[in-house]
Amino acid sequence: MDNQKQLYDIMDACLLAGKVMLQSGAETFRVEDTMVRMASALGAGETYSYVTPTVIMFSASGRGEATTRLIRISARTTDLKKVAMVNSVSRKISTGELNLSDAWIELKEIEAARLTYSLFYQVFAAAIASGCFTVMFKGSWMDFLPSVAAGGAGFFSAIYLHRFVPIKFFSEFLASAMIGLISFAFIKSGLGQELDKIIIGSVMPLVPGLLITNAVRDLMAGHLVSGISKGAEAFLTAFAIGSGIAVVLSLL
Amino acid sequence: MVYFSQLITSFVASAAFGVMFNAPKESLVKCGVSGMLGWMLYFILESNGYGTILATLAASFLIAVISQVMAKMYRTPIIIFSVAGIIPLVPGGLSYDAMRHFVEKDYMGTVTLAAKASMISGALAVGLVFSEVFNQIIWRSGKTHK
Repeated sequence: MDNQKQLYDIMDACLLAGKVMLQSGAETFRVEDTMVRMASALGAGETYSYVTPTVIMFSASGRGEATTRLIRISARTTDLKKVAMVNSVSRKISTGELNLSDAWIELKEIEAARLTYSLFYQVFAAAIASGCFTVMFKGSWMDFLPSVAAGGAGFFSAIYLHRFVPIKFFSEFLASAMIGLISFAFIKSGLGQELDKIIIGSVMPLVPGLLITNAVRDLMAGHLVSGISKGAEAFLTAFAIGSGIAVVLSLL
Repeated sequence: MVYFSQLITSFVASAAFGVMFNAPKESLVKCGVSGMLGWMLYFILESNGYGTILATLAASFLIAVISQVMAKMYRTPIIIFSVAGIIPLVPGGLSYDAMRHFVEKDYMGTVTLAAKASMISGALAVGLVFSEVFNQIIWRSGKTHK
């Protein structure tokens, strides 16, 4: 009886670790790997985990019967710091530095923590990155500042609108429409040189680059369901951005 | 001069993506360095006429190797270093361009661009996977020799 209770606790800790990692944008195979490692270090018997971008299934057997649990993941962001922190917790468990209850407390703290950079820093970073991308894609330095303005405004409105409209597609659509409008205004007023370069640089912070790459990588690693669902997400985002820009360009 | 401005902008852009992905503060500079080296390799190969696909393959391989070394050195997940580094190589501009042609009903243009974009993201992923495989082979053979 006691054994069964302990098995449940181990599973809870593993599921929590997996949930935090997946919500923070870790790769699916890393989540599976971490959960299995943690469970075996904590003393569970045979364990299996199956992770897709939207669900975690985890099955473990102690001395008695096997149990399977499931967690649904609805929202995902990219928060690499949390991935690193959960990773170090699992590392400490494997070396025996942390026992089950300490690990549980630490994981709970990580889950509740708000570690993201402030909105200002994020928008600032997006703005600077947009300007840099314009130059990297062989745009002129003349277009640096217009891209900074358009990219910053686009990224800010994507985050801001997402709070009102929970559907990611629409916030991205409106944000890229905004980028199109601002870039067009810069060209019309004579402050910008090449419309295409400014737009491509400014949409880079919104573009699902990470998703596209991870999708192909998952497909190659044999995680077919994850690969296809990430690919679908990337396609939707690219479609939202492209149509947002196209609506503006066709109206003007 | 061109190389110099590419050097600066790619470093800043990769580090800025580190901020957007909320990478730990102490690894932002490392993100920037891995992104910069990868982009410079890409840029040099591409501007010397080796083609985007080969250039992307080589650059993503280099970034993955750098990230693996850094991940071993600083004991952090590899994704922290590789993600910010590969962002400039991702065919975001191309896939945006493809979508724009699609919405403007230029379907032939869409197919061309989309095929190009998928080839490049394939090359990117192959570069990453190759370096992982190499890493495992080296690690394993080192282990058996000892």
